[in-house]
Amino acid sequence: MRARIGVITFPGSLDDGDAARAVRLAGGSPVVLWHGDRNLRGVDAVILPGGFSYGDYLRCGAIARFAPMMSELVAAAGAGLPVLGICNGFQILCEAHLLPGALTRNAGLRFITRDVRLRVERSQTAWTGAYAGGEEIVVPLKSGEGAYVADPGTLADLEASGRVVVRYAEDNPNGSAAGIAGVCNAEGNVVGLMPHPEHAVCSLTGPSADGLGFFTSVLAAGVAG
Amino acid sequence: MTAAGTAGTVGMVDTVARALALPSQRLPFAELGLTAEEYDWIVQTLGRRPTGAELALYSVMWSEHCSYKSSKVHLRRLAATGPASAALLAGIGHNAGVVDIGQGYAVTFKIESHNHPSYVEPLQGAATGVGGIVRDILAMGARPVAVMDALRFGPAAAADTRRVLPGVVGGISWYGNCLGLPNIGGELDFDPCYAGNPLVNALCVGVMRHGDLQVAAASGPGNQVILFGSATGPDGIGGASVLASASFGEAAAVKRPSVQVGDPFEEKLLVECCLELYAAGLVVGIQDLGAAGVACATTELAAGGTGGMRVRLDAVPLRDASLGPPEILMSESQERMMAVVSPGRVDEFLAVCAKWDVRAAVIGEVTDDGRLTMTWHGETVVDIPPASAADGPVYQRPAERGPDQDALAADDPAALPRPADGAGLRAALLALLGSPGLADKTWVTEQYDRYVRGDTVLAMPEDGGVLRVDETTGLGIALATDGNGRYCRLDPYLGTQLVLAEAYRNVAVTGARPLAVTNCLNFGSPEDPAVMWQFASAVRGLADGCAALGVPVTGGNVSFYNQTGTVAIHPTPVVGVLGVHDDVRRRLSIGFPSGVAASIVVLGRTEAEFGGSAWAHVVHGHLGGRPPEPRLDAERRLAGLLAAAAADGVLLAAHDLSDGGLAVALAESCLRGRVGCVVRLGGVDPFTALFSESAARAIVTVRPGAAAAFDALLRSHEVPGQVIGTVGGDRLVVDGWFSVDLPELAAVHGGTLPALFG
Repeated sequence: MRARIGVITFPGSLDDGDAARAVRLAGGSPVVLWHGDRNLRGVDAVILPGGFSYGDYLRCGAIARFAPMMSELVAAAGAGLPVLGICNGFQILCEAHLLPGALTRNAGLRFITRDVRLRVERSQTAWTGAYAGGEEIVVPLKSGEGAYVADPGTLADLEASGRVVVRYAEDNPNGSAAGIAGVCNAEGNVVGLMPHPEHAVCSLTGPSADGLGFFTSVLAAGVAG
Repeated sequence: MTAAGTAGTVGMVDTVARALALPSQRLPFAELGLTAEEYDWIVQTLGRRPTGAELALYSVMWSEHCSYKSSKVHLRRLAATGPASAALLAGIGHNAGVVDIGQGYAVTFKIESHNHPSYVEPLQGAATGVGGIVRDILAMGARPVAVMDALRFGPAAAADTRRVLPGVVGGISWYGNCLGLPNIGGELDFDPCYAGNPLVNALCVGVMRHGDLQVAAASGPGNQVILFGSATGPDGIGGASVLASASFGEAAAVKRPSVQVGDPFEEKLLVECCLELYAAGLVVGIQDLGAAGVACATTELAAGGTGGMRVRLDAVPLRDASLGPPEILMSESQERMMAVVSPGRVDEFLAVCAKWDVRAAVIGEVTDDGRLTMTWHGETVVDIPPASAADGPVYQRPAERGPDQDALAADDPAALPRPADGAGLRAALLALLGSPGLADKTWVTEQYDRYVRGDTVLAMPEDGGVLRVDETTGLGIALATDGNGRYCRLDPYLGTQLVLAEAYRNVAVTGARPLAVTNCLNFGSPEDPAVMWQFASAVRGLADGCAALGVPVTGGNVSFYNQTGTVAIHPTPVVGVLGVHDDVRRRLSIGFPSGVAASIVVLGRTEAEFGGSAWAHVVHGHLGGRPPEPRLDAERRLAGLLAAAAADGVLLAAHDLSDGGLAVALAESCLRGRVGCVVRLGGVDPFTALFSESAARAIVTVRPGAAAAFDALLRSHEVPGQVIGTVGGDRLVVDGWFSVDLPELAAVHGGTLPALFG
């Protein structure tokens, strides 16, 4: 049976369709999950997609973290369910304290859409197993509040424990601390990324197909588990 | 207004009963933009003086913006002389035209201006321009899938441009990105004529299945009228203060804002809510609320349907409880729609709205009495025949060719000094490439999300945007907009045809077949006969051009009064062309292919045509002479050739030749492909070969081994083609004259906008 990957739609989610398509292209079955429900429908993993949940009012992700589905997700993530937050999804995971740190306004204070080169720093997570450590990939970044920040102790801890998952490999496009583009929790099942691998799943509509590995990784991890 | 000022007391609402009781009272029509004749016409229609609410309603419905009263007599030509097209499912007169693209899909698209609000408050003005055009597309029953923006500003270095441009771009970025619509192209240009009158034209395109078309009509007596989306506030009703202060007591005077404020999150919810309502078959008729808000939606729905509607204005959800009937009618609060729903399905309708957190209220019902009546806490405040407001006056304004046109035409650019050696030609290329209108637009386009929805195949800086519509078959669409105020200033008839031809060609070079046209006609005051002549000539040019190219106009928008004092902008019709791709995997990029020594071919005929050219403008600050000759037959053959060549896979790239001619096109293709080229100029003199703006031309790169097949296509489509060189290396080389390496090209092209705007 094909692995079932849930994609949560919040009011204002925008890349939910793209995340579902990426799951499908990777060989999985996408499952629609609604923010207001409390049932994860037995999925094997969950993606929090990009967008502007609740219009990003108050603070990016600050309202979405209180959605009924999020309390289910926090519990399931604690029990080891693979969770990937992309862009707004990453912001929600930080607000929900599933990941450390926060995302703030870009250094240039403008929204940036740019194809960025990333280095996969850690391939031992549920979402990056398909990549070689140190592998460089090109995927789009598109965000206005993508600058990753954390206190010095947290940053040191992330580096020491190898929890920086991806890093900007050329210029730092948004002023993220230590060029961090994505991090994971201590167990490696929860990953958050600012760039959008779901927009790099075929060369017709993206700059590359380099992003597909995030979705094949979790499927492979599911089969192995 | 003192006489009227004594007529009311604070909080008193002007009702029909009061209008009958005080028949001689004259309301402040002039302050609301109505003429004495128009006011008398209202009195004659109603058989009494209008109420304050009725006057508010007529004044916004009969504004130039809503009624097209000065342009209507000319626009009829577009519908009357349009070429027959089996692809047209809904044409002019609807919220937007609808075009059949095959496989059961239909596409709807339209471009609209938001010029004046964007000058007053750039961020909100541009943002709500996007929001408004998206609701037009949504009201047709389609899912909006992409936006584009055609932007024109005063001189790039002017202080006011630094105020307006970043705000406009920021507003489009904020609203469009938050709404989840990819921005796939558009234009950015600068000219002193737009100082004080920037042009912000927003285009939206939507996709639906054939059966999904919705109608803007209130049919079926007894059906319920539901207003849903944002609550109504005091947005965009600066004019209504006149009624409050002059007619109904000074104490009621409240300063109201004249600009609208957008909320893209609300619009995103509204989009998803509407699409779910359509899918469930819960909607009998629907209309978006744009200019003139509730006034426009109720009159147009009623006029288009069974003929009558009864509305309870006190049932409209408000976010400012102090609003009265005139203000509610005039409010331009954003993110609102009005639907007509069968009484038995209202509960289901409201449940879908609740799911999406969209506020909804039943505010009235459809009748068959031929009257639009509105009550306010039980008292009648509006009682009119709806068609009288919806149809409005029609003016045949005087039009006369401007006295300066002859002198302008006589000022031939042939007299301008031209570069004759390699260094001079090189300098001219770099001057053009670095000029704000031709420079790299990344500073702008990087602020727009082009990836969302995952179907963007081509976006800026390509000639046209291309979207995939069907993931299985590869069916898709291409879109481009074009405008050229300089050509149109020299000759509005020919200029408009050139603009149409360029948008058509921009779609064709992606490999698509052009299908249909939308337009946004930006002009000065219609009360100036010279402007009216420009307008009439432009519309005639567009109608004749569309007939020659075999593409119908499906709809559009007119923006008049783009002028400061007596000085009007250049006449600037902006034309959008939609094309269809049978398989988007065969699309062509402007970028030269790297790693193959493919040959470069110039298609079309090059002659010395420099009137209104980018070279004359950038290098000499000159505008005069005649614009290039439109060659519409040649355009049609060129488009046919490009579609066939793309489908056969014989080409690797294609780029249209327009502003800046061959020289700028070569540089853009090198930069996009990150590879150089070597070309040899033959035939005409090198300056003409490089910088002429003759129409109906493109450069293509032929797949190695496919030269014979391409030659056969050139012959069968009767398009002249001349091999001028090959792709390769890391320099743009014009053999025997000059070369520029790619880093210098990139620095000149890419440095301009960041240096100006940070």
